[in-house]
Amino acid sequence: MAHGNVPLLRMESISKSYGGVRALQDVQFTAGRGRIHALLGENGAGKSTLIKILSGVVRPDTGTIEIDGKRVEFASPYAANGEGVACIFQELSLLPDLTVADNIAITNPPKRMGFIDTAEQYRFAERLLARVGGDDIHPLAPVGDLPLSRRQIVEIAKALARNPKILILDEATSALTAADVARVFAMLKQLRDEGLAIIYISHRMHEVAELADDCTVFRNGRFVESFKAGTKSDDAIVELMIGREYKNVFPDRGAKPKEAAPILKTSGLAWGNELKGIDLEVRPGEVVGLGGLDGQGQRQLLLALFGTLVGMTGSVEVAGRPVKLSGPRQAKSPDIGMALIPEDRKNEGLMLPMSVRANLSFAAMRQFSRFGIVDKTAEDKEIDEIVKLLSIKADGVDGPVAALSGGNQQKVVIGKWLMTKPRIILLNDPTRGIDVGTKQEFYQLLARLAETGVAIIYYSTDYDELVGCCDRVLVMYDGRIGRTLEGAEITEKNLVAAALNLAPGTPAPHTVQAIAGAQA
Amino acid sequence: MASATLSQFRPDRATIIAFGCSIALLLVGAIAQPSFLSIDYLVQQLQIASFLGIVATGMMLIILLGHIDLSIPWTIGVGGMMATAATGFFGAGAEWFAIPFGILCGMAVGLVNGLGVAYLRAPSMIFTLGVNAVAQGLMVYHTGGFAPQDNALPLMRELAVGRLVPGVPNPLLVWAVVGAIAVFILTRTTLGRRIYAIGNRERAVYLSGVDAKLVVLICFVISGACAAATGIMLSGWANRSYQAMGDPYLLPAIAAVVLGGANVMGGRGTYVGTVAGVVLITLLQSILSVVQPQNIFAQIGIAVSAEAVRQIAFGIVIIGMLLLYGREKAVK
Amino acid sequence: MTDMALSGPGRRRWQSIVYFVSAQRGILLAIAIFAVMFGLYGWKQEVGLTANIINTAANKGALLALIAMAQTIPVLTGGLDLSVGMIFLLTNCLASVIVNGDPLMTAIGIVGVLLVGLLCGTINGLIVVYGRLQPIIVTLATSAVYFGFAVVLRPQPGGSVNFELADIMTRSYFNIPVSVMVLVGVVLFVWIPYKRSILGRAAFAIGSSEQAAYMSGVPIARAKILAYALSGLLSSIAGLMLTFLTYSGAAKVQIGNDYTLNSIAAVVIGGTSLFGGVGSVIGSIFGAFVMRTVGDLLIVFDINPVLQPLFVGVVLLLAVCIGSLRLLRIKNKVDLYR
Repeated sequence: MAHGNVPLLRMESISKSYGGVRALQDVQFTAGRGRIHALLGENGAGKSTLIKILSGVVRPDTGTIEIDGKRVEFASPYAANGEGVACIFQELSLLPDLTVADNIAITNPPKRMGFIDTAEQYRFAERLLARVGGDDIHPLAPVGDLPLSRRQIVEIAKALARNPKILILDEATSALTAADVARVFAMLKQLRDEGLAIIYISHRMHEVAELADDCTVFRNGRFVESFKAGTKSDDAIVELMIGREYKNVFPDRGAKPKEAAPILKTSGLAWGNELKGIDLEVRPGEVVGLGGLDGQGQRQLLLALFGTLVGMTGSVEVAGRPVKLSGPRQAKSPDIGMALIPEDRKNEGLMLPMSVRANLSFAAMRQFSRFGIVDKTAEDKEIDEIVKLLSIKADGVDGPVAALSGGNQQKVVIGKWLMTKPRIILLNDPTRGIDVGTKQEFYQLLARLAETGVAIIYYSTDYDELVGCCDRVLVMYDGRIGRTLEGAEITEKNLVAAALNLAPGTPAPHTVQAIAGAQA
Repeated sequence: MASATLSQFRPDRATIIAFGCSIALLLVGAIAQPSFLSIDYLVQQLQIASFLGIVATGMMLIILLGHIDLSIPWTIGVGGMMATAATGFFGAGAEWFAIPFGILCGMAVGLVNGLGVAYLRAPSMIFTLGVNAVAQGLMVYHTGGFAPQDNALPLMRELAVGRLVPGVPNPLLVWAVVGAIAVFILTRTTLGRRIYAIGNRERAVYLSGVDAKLVVLICFVISGACAAATGIMLSGWANRSYQAMGDPYLLPAIAAVVLGGANVMGGRGTYVGTVAGVVLITLLQSILSVVQPQNIFAQIGIAVSAEAVRQIAFGIVIIGMLLLYGREKAVK
Repeated sequence: MTDMALSGPGRRRWQSIVYFVSAQRGILLAIAIFAVMFGLYGWKQEVGLTANIINTAANKGALLALIAMAQTIPVLTGGLDLSVGMIFLLTNCLASVIVNGDPLMTAIGIVGVLLVGLLCGTINGLIVVYGRLQPIIVTLATSAVYFGFAVVLRPQPGGSVNFELADIMTRSYFNIPVSVMVLVGVVLFVWIPYKRSILGRAAFAIGSSEQAAYMSGVPIARAKILAYALSGLLSSIAGLMLTFLTYSGAAKVQIGNDYTLNSIAAVVIGGTSLFGGVGSVIGSIFGAFVMRTVGDLLIVFDINPVLQPLFVGVVLLLAVCIGSLRLLRIKNKVDLYR
């Protein structure tokens, strides 16, 4: 948006590729003083890459950045800070062993005679914390001891401590409570009035509606459109974000599976404050979704079923037999036959520098080894099959899995577990950060697996997927299963209403629509 | 930082460079002393390299896991001293048991290391350091208290200096067998896959339903056994066991593995590379002592001892080669 | 709970104290272990803790304490310096050559020794940062080089040092050993300013999370180089002190290696995390004294002093096992694995 004079920030013709994958293609972005600019787009639209370029974390392949009309190039976040760009990252950039005050003042602490003035730093941190609604946080507390929502507040205070001209918030409110969000918003509006340019990334449409002055939409690594907030309806914005080229197509699922005996049954699963008595039953061939807002215990439930949580209470039955879950090794044993597709595929699912082959056969190695010696012929045969089944696109199976695209990497994780021939598959947000085409293939696969009698528990942050894929959705709220939606009840509206723990039939229309829209 | 570079899977550059440097060293040495290219000299060098090679085999497994074994010096000591003392413990009739006993003692040291590192999750650097001190203390106590038998048995002597196969010294034979087993483990077995996988991402290994702790334990036991085997052969070589016999082996073993292209942080490295590293270090030390570059300094009036030249060259070569191999990617 | 009764500013202050104490718990534990061991030593010692005995103990412990301090700083960044022992030997040998003659020459000699220490450390840092190599392997290699130069300087043990100065540096004044004053001096004039400087804090930040430190715009390269440089400097102070104690220089590989390895142990006993981000040289001082007191205890308890490594090893393993108690607090087994 041009405002007559030179915009504070102007980015032109920015492109960036990661190992052959185009993350950004010739995009432009401008932000003005005293404006809050919402950057919108789906996962993988290129928002995060743009932000990383702007904050000096990665360098663009091509393109220019101008601040105040002056051409700048950032070799590091340090350099970006020097030009007045401060970013609140999605993945927190806090130093866990240092105190809150140390963290807040890490780049430019108050000094006396050349040394850090800790007393002044304490007061400085206290002031900033109070400003962003963190006056309950003690400046001397080690950051690693704080809960996630408080850490996010510290992260915001830390960005402000650098006196930025341009402040970037990348999903910075995702872990905050409603009260916190309100205070942060008030602060952001005040900063805007002080003349800062604020770039705001969020998936919550109502937040965008409340805050933004300008909006820019990215799609598939390309710039789509910039417009003044309020000039387009939510529907129109969502349309821009998803474009016309794609609509999730979900395979037709056959009739609901027959009332077979449940393969997995739990009662009263509880763990700390995060799981408060979970009773569930899953039948062979059933796809059971876990819904709800992020962080209501869905991940813990999957980990609990996989046996990694210490001090869990309650009972679990697999195929009618009570089992005591001790960990992944036992969970994957043939008499339980469980598989978990973890959330963080780079750290929990794959050994990135190792070959596709080694990764694929890793969990199922017992099947084609005798006395610990790998039978490579048998291994090759099974790997061939799985590569074909999932149509994993790789330059042969001996190259490192790191060289694959995100979608193909995720296929390797899934393939690794399919090779163990599981009876129960736990999926922890498996489509995050993978491309549309792979998603389609994944939905097909899910349907096929269910047809062969595999029981699937499917946690997704994308409500559309829950609607399209699941026979039943357990909506979690505060460590409990709040509501169970079945068959035709599974609609985005109901999912959102249940996620917010609204009584059925009395949804707050505005919020529901806004969130549903963002999830589309 | 698992630097996920493609280069790890290209034909191993480090190995080629290390072998190339070894050959270059031989050629340079041959200019000064033509006997360098004789079979006798080369066989003798390989015999000396065998001691380091066997220790480095165990160390390599540990480094592949992303750990380190600083208990090597006194595990070597334990192996040698317990083997020579075995007849004192079990009577002269137990001569056959001396070598297995030494190895078992080394495995016991490795077992303690493994329990601490895998199950107590202690940092391997500090835990193996502590175990080394304890092993040292126990050995000192052993020699101080019992005035034990420390002469090598004929069998051990034979193992170290004999030639079962004509022309091939026995230590080299032992190294060949140990090396073949290591290659087999690393390339053909589930254990080998798991070792590399743990070095890359232990968390993914655990979540794949693999007992990562057991793998770590096994590797430390193997490392203990390798070190003890070296200790036994060293005792045969010197005809007796002695304190501190393992001290000169810790740092060269680590250096050999790293010069062979293994990543000190784990997950990457080949056995051929380790062999290359061992050969390179052995040749470097030998050639420096034969060529005597200190004489060159003496000619220009600087008195420098051979030891000094050897150490300085050793350090510079390691750093120079590692810089040559290419650097870790910057954090991004 | 006391803090429940308080409110407002009073409660804040109480929390501040709690956080402050909790941040020092590593140091406090090391002090406690040392106090118990040294108390036991004094109690069993027939003549009690006379000034003389304290002075001897301090001189013995100060060398390791200085090297442990040197080790601490790279460890804080998540690195390691395996060359501290050899820089110690090199500077010892150098001091036995140049710290001699009239006061001016002696002073120049001391500055020279310290500069060489600083240079060695800086070289380590430069290679680690710009060579992008693992610190453990870099310092392993440079330690061979530094040892080589030590042998160049002193092929045989020998040399001399300004005798008057050596005498002063190894005595006690007002019942305080000079070696302890040196340690306190290093804490006051090196450690505290360092800790309160941008680059010192950056060292903690890097050790805590290098990625986050980079994102936060922390000057990583400079901070790492300085950490290794300071490590070299402190090692050279230890080298000087050794020269004052022995009046000579000696390049014995075993001594260098012992000091390097014991310094790591002292750092750990002193409450510094080998993963970086948490710790203090003050803890390391007490860690070093704990290691040294083990030997003294053996003497007063009439245990063969050759068993010292055994007991040092046991103390070290016990310290590590205390660290393993954290396993009991782990709620999700996934967190056990890197």
